[in-house]
Amino acid sequence: MAHRVFAIRLWPGLIAAALVAALSLGTLGVVALRAESFSTLSKFDWMAVRFTVVQALISAGLSVILAVPVARGLARRDFYGRRLLITLLGAPFILPTIVAILGLTAVFGKTGFVSIALNWAGLEPISIYGFHGVILAHVFFNLPLATRLLLQGWGAIPSERFRLAASLNFSPRDMFRHIEGPMLKEIMPGAFAVIFLICTTSFAVALTFGGGPKATTVELAIYEAFRYDFNLGKASLLALIQVVICAVAAFVSLKFRVPQVGGAGLDRPVQRFDVHKLSARGVDLFWIMMVSLFLLLPLLAIVLRGAYGVFDLPISVWSAALRSLVTALGSAALAIILSLSLSLSALRWRWLEGIGMTAIAASPLVMGTGLYIVLFAVADPADWALFITALVNAVMSLPFILRAIGPALATTERTYGRLSDSLGLMGWTRVRLVLWPRLRGPVGFSAGLAAALSMGDLGVIALFARPDSATLPLQIYRLMGSYRMDQAMGASLLLLGLSLALFYIFDLWGRRRA
Amino acid sequence: MLEFRNLRLTQGDFTLTADFQVPKGARVAVIGPSGAGKSTLLSLIGGFEAPDDGDILWRGKPFGLSAPFERPISHLFQDNTLFAHMTAAQNVGLGLRPSLRLSKSEQSAVSEALRAVGLEGLETRRPGALSGGQQSRVALARVLVQQKPLILLDEPFSALGPAMRHEMIDLAKEVSERLGATMLMVTHDVSDVDRFADLVIWVEGGTCQPPRPWAEMKADPPQGLLDYIGT
Repeated sequence: MAHRVFAIRLWPGLIAAALVAALSLGTLGVVALRAESFSTLSKFDWMAVRFTVVQALISAGLSVILAVPVARGLARRDFYGRRLLITLLGAPFILPTIVAILGLTAVFGKTGFVSIALNWAGLEPISIYGFHGVILAHVFFNLPLATRLLLQGWGAIPSERFRLAASLNFSPRDMFRHIEGPMLKEIMPGAFAVIFLICTTSFAVALTFGGGPKATTVELAIYEAFRYDFNLGKASLLALIQVVICAVAAFVSLKFRVPQVGGAGLDRPVQRFDVHKLSARGVDLFWIMMVSLFLLLPLLAIVLRGAYGVFDLPISVWSAALRSLVTALGSAALAIILSLSLSLSALRWRWLEGIGMTAIAASPLVMGTGLYIVLFAVADPADWALFITALVNAVMSLPFILRAIGPALATTERTYGRLSDSLGLMGWTRVRLVLWPRLRGPVGFSAGLAAALSMGDLGVIALFARPDSATLPLQIYRLMGSYRMDQAMGASLLLLGLSLALFYIFDLWGRRRA
Repeated sequence: MLEFRNLRLTQGDFTLTADFQVPKGARVAVIGPSGAGKSTLLSLIGGFEAPDDGDILWRGKPFGLSAPFERPISHLFQDNTLFAHMTAAQNVGLGLRPSLRLSKSEQSAVSEALRAVGLEGLETRRPGALSGGQQSRVALARVLVQQKPLILLDEPFSALGPAMRHEMIDLAKEVSERLGATMLMVTHDVSDVDRFADLVIWVEGGTCQPPRPWAEMKADPPQGLLDYIGT
């Protein structure tokens, strides 16, 4: 048997794994113990289950299908601003949900200019609340993700295939049948499954745009059982149903290959020989324009309308911003400590990384419910609101962070493991002199990601917070609820600025050379 | 003296065996076809792999399962023999103190070693800003400061052109002479062997043959070597 020296102690990883398992699986156990029997579910609860699945299917389907022409356009065109647009496609990931929702309201809402234009044309304006709003928001968040996934598929097609196609004089149809179709067939199911999963656990969208018997998701029903009825037994039962939905979706997504969203292959357009026809140009131009407008207009609306309100924010917004900042920084620190410990020990025990990944199928609302039940027995959960938010956010960001840090760590060990072993670089010295400098990039990126995700979180905090101790996203939600839209827009601009700044500062720190 | 006593390692359907001694201070080339087990032999000596059976002894004492850094060995690996994020001086300094907390005298030892390999004034350069030959020189400077009695080189200069490779082999030879160290080098090129080796270990199909003088082996080559060279 091969003999490996383990240069670094393994127990921090085991502790981290135990903590993550307690949060993702342990809370599930608590919820299961507390749950009422299924007979207590009302007709409305089953409607919530149906709505959750149906809206996720439609959102994922639309996102993936619309992504095809957009990704193809981006793959075969080179134009000014192409790289910027592709970077922008990554932005919705760290964009606070509530900000996007306000932006979409400003564009598509009752007083938004799309409605004004429709009115002017004598058409019925679309309603942003309920079913349409949920789908619209989900497509807004996931069309960019789907586009990036498919774009990577295009980038991964060897350029020789396109040369071959040109020499064989393929028509666009042949091209699709022999080259693009097979690639899409491989990538689309995975992209669909991932987006479906995301759409079943996007609480903030359901909270703001959903509601009522026809547009309540299971997560929203959990929240309502909590907040309005304080019925922990029912909340727990709904949490179990949520877990089943997530687990099935996660299981299905494991069956498909999900390409990694990384930087590789996105920066160069594919050289192709069939792109000079006017019709093809027109089609690509149309789709690229549409997706740019769809992404940019809501953000632009926030900036324009928010700039007006940002100087006129009440003190409660500023103190909420401070609470959010503290939570975000704490969450980032926790996420980095957990992921580093896990990945270091996962070099020895691969399954540890699997535990870190369990959060991808977990719902923060379920975690929150479980934690609430446990804390409720010993303390006032509201006292722990910020800490729990930071912790749950850290665990939720682990799947993404582990994918950035794990491979970088494995590469470093593969590249420098023997050299380090032979020179006696062990323990803390190894971390300080070899691992840390090599991991600085991914760690900076990950810390930025975790901080931004936590900054924008509107999930667990909604369960736990007292009225006087809201975070910024929750405060914005409350401003929206009381129709103070100018203040909500101003606060959103502040939140957007803070989230992007956190991400940017950490990422920049990571990229700066030691 | 380096001794292989009934050494055996099985990986899948590949088995490596070695049972012989290498005299102290010898310069030994390890040659043989690809996949024959040359690098595995060096991994076993270095402690990156553990044998299933038998042991390796240095001056009569078995290595056992001691960790790589506990063995009296300096390494030059094929790739990544330097840390890309450290300066030349730091890369050399690791040979003295892995923590890099060097005393004044240790720092001057580092500068001295860099001067000895012809890199005076390049202390603060990182490997990326050095040529392939200069990178090899940094690695050899580290071997100098490590002052270990056994040096293992696993095709260390294979990325260099022939002239540069010969220059580096001469420098490696000089370093080993200066330290009075035993040196084992895996190589693919018979002209390298001509250049530095007293003895040759021929490895074929996992069997490591006892070292023989190169001149003698050239006069009476095993069939495998003839096939390998292609004459």
